[in-house]
Amino acid sequence: MNLASLSASYLRARPLNTALSLILLALGVATIVLLILVVGQAEERMKRDARGIDLVVGAKGSPMQLILSGIYHLDAPTGNIPLSSVGLLAKNRMVKRAIPLALGDSWKGYRIVGAPREYPEHYGAKLQSGRLHDKPMEAVLGAEVAARTGAGVGGTFAGAHGIGGEGKEHADAPYTVVGVLEKTSSVLDRLVLTSIESVWQVHEEHQGPEDDADRKALEEAREVTVLLVQYASPLAAAMLPRQINSQSELQAASPAYETARLFRIVGVGVEALRAFALVLILAAGLSVFIALYTALEERRYDLAVMRTLGASRGKLFGLLMTEGVVLSLLGAAIGLGLGHALASALGAWLEAEQHYPVSGLEWRAEELWLVVVALGVGVLAALLPAWRAYRTEVSRTLAQA
Amino acid sequence: MIAVRGLAHRYGQQQALHLSEWKVAQGERWLVLGPSGCGKTTLLHALAGLIRPSEGRVEIAGQDLSSLSGSMLDRWRGATIGIVLQALHLVKHLSVRDNLRLAQYLAHAPQDDARIADTLGALGVAEKSARRPSELSQGEQQRVAIARAVVNRPKLLLADEPTANLDDAAAAQVIDLLSEQAARHGATLVIATHDSRVKMNFEKTLNLS
Repeated sequence: MNLASLSASYLRARPLNTALSLILLALGVATIVLLILVVGQAEERMKRDARGIDLVVGAKGSPMQLILSGIYHLDAPTGNIPLSSVGLLAKNRMVKRAIPLALGDSWKGYRIVGAPREYPEHYGAKLQSGRLHDKPMEAVLGAEVAARTGAGVGGTFAGAHGIGGEGKEHADAPYTVVGVLEKTSSVLDRLVLTSIESVWQVHEEHQGPEDDADRKALEEAREVTVLLVQYASPLAAAMLPRQINSQSELQAASPAYETARLFRIVGVGVEALRAFALVLILAAGLSVFIALYTALEERRYDLAVMRTLGASRGKLFGLLMTEGVVLSLLGAAIGLGLGHALASALGAWLEAEQHYPVSGLEWRAEELWLVVVALGVGVLAALLPAWRAYRTEVSRTLAQA
Repeated sequence: MIAVRGLAHRYGQQQALHLSEWKVAQGERWLVLGPSGCGKTTLLHALAGLIRPSEGRVEIAGQDLSSLSGSMLDRWRGATIGIVLQALHLVKHLSVRDNLRLAQYLAHAPQDDARIADTLGALGVAEKSARRPSELSQGEQQRVAIARAVVNRPKLLLADEPTANLDDAAAAQVIDLLSEQAARHGATLVIATHDSRVKMNFEKTLNLS
């Protein structure tokens, strides 16, 4: 027997009170853990996906939509821009690199991205098997696409029009898989890469050119969807967006600015949830306090008897404090476990929905703070009951019996 | 063993106890008699160091209690005194064995299951060690309370009204058990009672009135 096992025996003797305190604390902690994991991982991932991309240029529309579609492939594109604008921008002195992407089709919900080789190189992608595409209608699969569809080198598939996966199939123009990328933990994992020419070809076949003149007209009208731009110098940030936005059909959006804006919008919800979770934790503290305080009345004989057996006032104080600490640490531990389990469940669901993945296996330093907060709440809640236990009048209490 | 001189205790204005001189030798068995309210419980609490008397001096086994600080006094009590209370006050949610273990833990004594089994065996309740107090009869609970008081082999065993609410046979048995256990551990026994049935075979009595 020691202070911990003795206080645990008192907690077990009041199972309902103990369970209520633990549940409130665990739910509060789990909610905050979930927020920490989801928001932290989303921010990190969005940052990683946008690394080295200073500007996204595309058709006019919502700048956030342009970022979401151009970098994260989460939204529909705003439209297409003429191929000629690519050449113009690429030649601009302020542009170090401009990677054009042609979007519009998908396969089983995964986007087919027409892009030059610089695109996978930008994310440091390595081949897991096969080779990179070098002829039209060859495709390279991201790691997650390969894993979830079971497709591999040599397989063929037909892209579907649109990005939802419900569009009409381009069955007449099938792609051949020539390579699979290693996992990069970037947006690349969820993409099907091909050349820009493939995307054009698929859509031109679709419109059925009848002769060479038709074909030539279509070729002249070729378009891309977005340009991922890297600045040549910091000065470009001040001038290039304004220059582009002044052109009637183009729009430039800054990933840093738009993602910050996105997190500000989402942040309101996150803050509300966090406040709610803190209220839960405070309610847990109140529950611990009430449980310990009301139990004092029926425990006063126990406390007095302990004094007759040789316990000091300090020991009784310690006993009650230990009960608060054991409750808060146990609640925090259950909350941490629950939070990570919820994150894993959410991650599994998001992955099945082909969204951003969330991992429940990751631990973050902020969670340690959560344990400290829970501990503090437990200590505060136990302080007054412990003081009352300390003040137990042994002789008078026993004489009342 | 016990030396009391000029002892007086007041609760507020009210005189609760007055005892000018009392000496008890090691191993003696004493009855403290008197009607309720005469200060028997107060005397016992003063002997156990549970109250600091308003006046006078209490010495137990050569130790002047007033010279011990708060936590030293608690530690001394755990090591020296065994107390059987009228309302037994066993810890309800702990098993019989854990009630005795609690006494060892709080007295800073080694937690010794063999000693616990031996103590319960001597009181005839060894087979109840895994039970909770509420599952025992009144008589069995009384024996467990005595076991808890003697498990640390106290030098001084105090009992406050141990026979209240007991029938004649049970009362006699409790007194026998206390005497037996005090003898077994070489402890001095002081029983406070207003129960006239107990007077038989106690030659040493202190009358408070």
